[in-house]
Amino acid sequence: MSSNLVTVSYIAAIVLFILSLGGLSAAETSRRGNLYGMLGMALAVLATVVGPRVTLAGVPWIMAAMAVGGSIGLYAARRVQMTQMPELVALMHALVGLAACLVGFASDIDTSLSFASEAEKTIHEVEIYVGIFIGAITFSGSLIAFGKLSGRIGGKPVLLPGRHFINLLGLLIVVGFGYAFLHAPTVADGMLPLAVMTVVALLFGVHMVMAIGGADMPVVISMLNSYSGWAAAATGFMLSNDLLIVTGALVGSSGAILSYIMCRAMNRNFFSVIAGGFGAASGSPAKASGEPQGEVTPISAQETADLLKTAKSVIIVPGYGMAVAQAQHAVSEITQQLRAQGVNVRFGIHPVAGRMPGHMNVLLAEAKVPYDIVMEMDEINDDFPETDVTMVIGANDIVNPAAQEDPTSPIANMPVLEVWKAKTSIVMKRSMASGYAGVDNPLFYKENNRMLFGDAKAMLNEVLAGLKA
Amino acid sequence: MPLCIGIPKETYAAEKRVATVPDLVEKLIKLGFTVVVERDAGALANFDDASYVAAGARIAATAAEVWSSADVIFKVRAPSMDEVPLLKEGATLVSFIWPAQNPELMQALAARKVTVLAMDSVPRMSRAQKMDALSSMANIAGYRAVIEAAHHFGRFFTGQITAAGKVPPAKVFVIGAGVAGLAALGAAVGLGAIVRANDTRPEVADQIKSLGAEFVPVEYEEEGSGVGGYAKVMSEGFQKAQKATFAKQAKDVDIIITTALIPGKPAPKLITTEMVQSMRAGSVIVDLAAEQGGNCELTVPGEVVVRHGVTIIGYTDLPSRLAKQSSTLYATNLLRLTEELCKAKDGNLDVNMDDEVIRGATVIKSGEITWPPPPPKLSAAPAQAKPAAAVPVAAKKEEASGPMSANALAGVFGVGAALFWLIGAYAPTAFLGHFTVFVLACFVGYMVVWNVKAALHTPLMSVTNAVSSIIAIGALVQIAPPLAGAEVLRPDDWIRWLAVLGIVLTSINMFGGFAVTRRMLAMFRK
Repeated sequence: MSSNLVTVSYIAAIVLFILSLGGLSAAETSRRGNLYGMLGMALAVLATVVGPRVTLAGVPWIMAAMAVGGSIGLYAARRVQMTQMPELVALMHALVGLAACLVGFASDIDTSLSFASEAEKTIHEVEIYVGIFIGAITFSGSLIAFGKLSGRIGGKPVLLPGRHFINLLGLLIVVGFGYAFLHAPTVADGMLPLAVMTVVALLFGVHMVMAIGGADMPVVISMLNSYSGWAAAATGFMLSNDLLIVTGALVGSSGAILSYIMCRAMNRNFFSVIAGGFGAASGSPAKASGEPQGEVTPISAQETADLLKTAKSVIIVPGYGMAVAQAQHAVSEITQQLRAQGVNVRFGIHPVAGRMPGHMNVLLAEAKVPYDIVMEMDEINDDFPETDVTMVIGANDIVNPAAQEDPTSPIANMPVLEVWKAKTSIVMKRSMASGYAGVDNPLFYKENNRMLFGDAKAMLNEVLAGLKA
Repeated sequence: MPLCIGIPKETYAAEKRVATVPDLVEKLIKLGFTVVVERDAGALANFDDASYVAAGARIAATAAEVWSSADVIFKVRAPSMDEVPLLKEGATLVSFIWPAQNPELMQALAARKVTVLAMDSVPRMSRAQKMDALSSMANIAGYRAVIEAAHHFGRFFTGQITAAGKVPPAKVFVIGAGVAGLAALGAAVGLGAIVRANDTRPEVADQIKSLGAEFVPVEYEEEGSGVGGYAKVMSEGFQKAQKATFAKQAKDVDIIITTALIPGKPAPKLITTEMVQSMRAGSVIVDLAAEQGGNCELTVPGEVVVRHGVTIIGYTDLPSRLAKQSSTLYATNLLRLTEELCKAKDGNLDVNMDDEVIRGATVIKSGEITWPPPPPKLSAAPAQAKPAAAVPVAAKKEEASGPMSANALAGVFGVGAALFWLIGAYAPTAFLGHFTVFVLACFVGYMVVWNVKAALHTPLMSVTNAVSSIIAIGALVQIAPPLAGAEVLRPDDWIRWLAVLGIVLTSINMFGGFAVTRRMLAMFRK
């Protein structure tokens, strides 16, 4: 295959990738979108393998490597629980980051490359340096994110004293060794600065994600998603490959947009999330402005069932607690039961509910909840006043009225689901502990709110039994 | 030693309510108390002695036995002067008291060295709503007022077209949209009448509309919200405008229900004799403020009178006329208060004067008059405060989502221009080609991804993840490239192993990412 044919194959692959992302704009077209993505990838890989840049000697290696990697990937994809999706995604980001590092190193030691001018060589080396830097941050950051999401590392933000200073120092080291790397006469001389920079970048990634708490994970995951894209783009520059550049840019901007959406949903600045330590910055987990600590009114599962039975319209607001308790199937059964009785059941999803963007939607889809009754926050927020019962399952900050009512609250102005406007709201919770933001939730003390204490799954099963009785 | 709660039979003439009901006796016993009920205490509210016994209460044959054996007395009406001496010294009494209207009773009770909690003095704040017996009773009174009106009104409430002719719907005008007024509104709307309502507090207009009634404003600028969710006395000019509004309504409507009360003051006279005269014969006025003197000049408290062809109902015992319902709600309010007083659930009362609700309700503490309490800190509906708080929120939001300020925009453009100039000045041509592609791809990605539905964000991440394993291409071309000449030294083995590892990693991602996306998307169905 000539190099021109390879190039047009790449262009076709780019188009397919763009179509793939475009397909995700609606659930109906999303499956086709995924198919486009696979086609594009297959085309790109095949064109490369049969193209002029790969000789026959490499093919057995490639086949073997892809067979090993592919079977691991397929196995993981089949076995993963939907509640573990954030972990899987984090782990995959780590792989992309590591691969970018490896490709970078390989390119650095490849002495067969020749350059037309000194400037081109410098650019190439900058690209290697940046590519490895981003790849290493993505790798170690994603590993830590994986550890936090799977509970292997505590979810609490770890804040080192003078952490901004440490980051700044790290950056200076990186820039300094970058200079040394560019001016190294031979590859061997350049290896030390490159290795030091890689270690610093790895530590940088660890430090950055360690400082970020569990509920900020949607931002972190999207950010790492973005980084893995930029790593691919940097690799593309390094290899002068437009396909990698375009694909990396697509992924990078996609992740950046997701990060932006997540930040906006928490009414927070991107940099404040990355700088970490939410709540710690605003002093002790403050009871904002003497919010009246009132009485909470508990409710039993049976009473909940009775309330749901008599309701005409119900909105369910799930949060991370539902994922933790694996309660999505019980929720789905309750939904079916209520819909069979003619109750209008809908779901209200906050953009940052769960640990990654769209987490709740995937869980509900897994439990066979029809997607047309699963609404976004903006679609459903105006409907709460006409709703008889809202059920909040394992969510806290995203339904906190203090965000709107109390301008001094740490979460003031964060968009929230206005569940308290419904006739009755029921909050399912293990205990009265405050949410991630450490802010007390006045919703619990509202007169039309009831608390259903206990494990979400066990309680929902009791409610379901009550509905069937 | 657990305390004994005594429920005497109400002695006030025609009072049918009782201070607790069998269902709640059980709950009181669960709190650790014992309960003694006077024989036939609940008979007029359709609760027989047997059901009290079944719930675990003891039946006492005489009132004297209840008063002497109980440490805590639950009553509905304030005790009569004959009952006060029966109270044990040191006992606790919980009932309606109306301390402002009954100074002698307060003195007599204080002399008995007892503790008295007045259900009418429970502060009107969110936390205390479950104990707010005034609201419970007002709700019932409002409902019953409509039923009484319907009883005395000679026509249907709802409009009908029958074979025998057309029946116009009744028109009901409700003055004062507090708890009682809103309950009356709801009941009248439910019966099919055309309902209008007026209140001096503008914030209740929405509540009135939400119940399906029409809000009739008084054309005059004055804010009528007082402390604690009550209305305040209005200025003269306003009162004049109000009278004109009411006079106009009186000529038009069939039924007027008045619920206007100002705490500690006689009820305002809102319906004048002339207005009554202007009403059609057969019209009905229900005056829920009769006990405080009435909102209508012609009201006779406690009685139904016909004046100028208009029936004026001045019953002061409307809740008692729905005895079973009102007893149950009142008993629930008492239970909630008891729970507050007995947090330990050990059958003892702890009158904690630091608790704002209990402090408000306690009018006599161990023989010492503690009424009136300090003014409540929180108003039930501070309507003015809300918009004030909302304004900065809204303003800030706009700032956040609005377009960037000109200065910020200029800054961004400036930095961008500088960067582009640097690249243009120093980068070689080959790089610029790639750079063009990169910038354009960022914009394409930006446009495409904004269209992705929030519900599909997780599949989006997993698919972009799979796509980013395009890095594999980088590894593929490194594995065995055609070499230009033998003279070039190349660490083949190193590169090959790095590349092979890279391919393994990216193909995990590639295959796994697409497969898991496929699996996820297959689950999204209608």
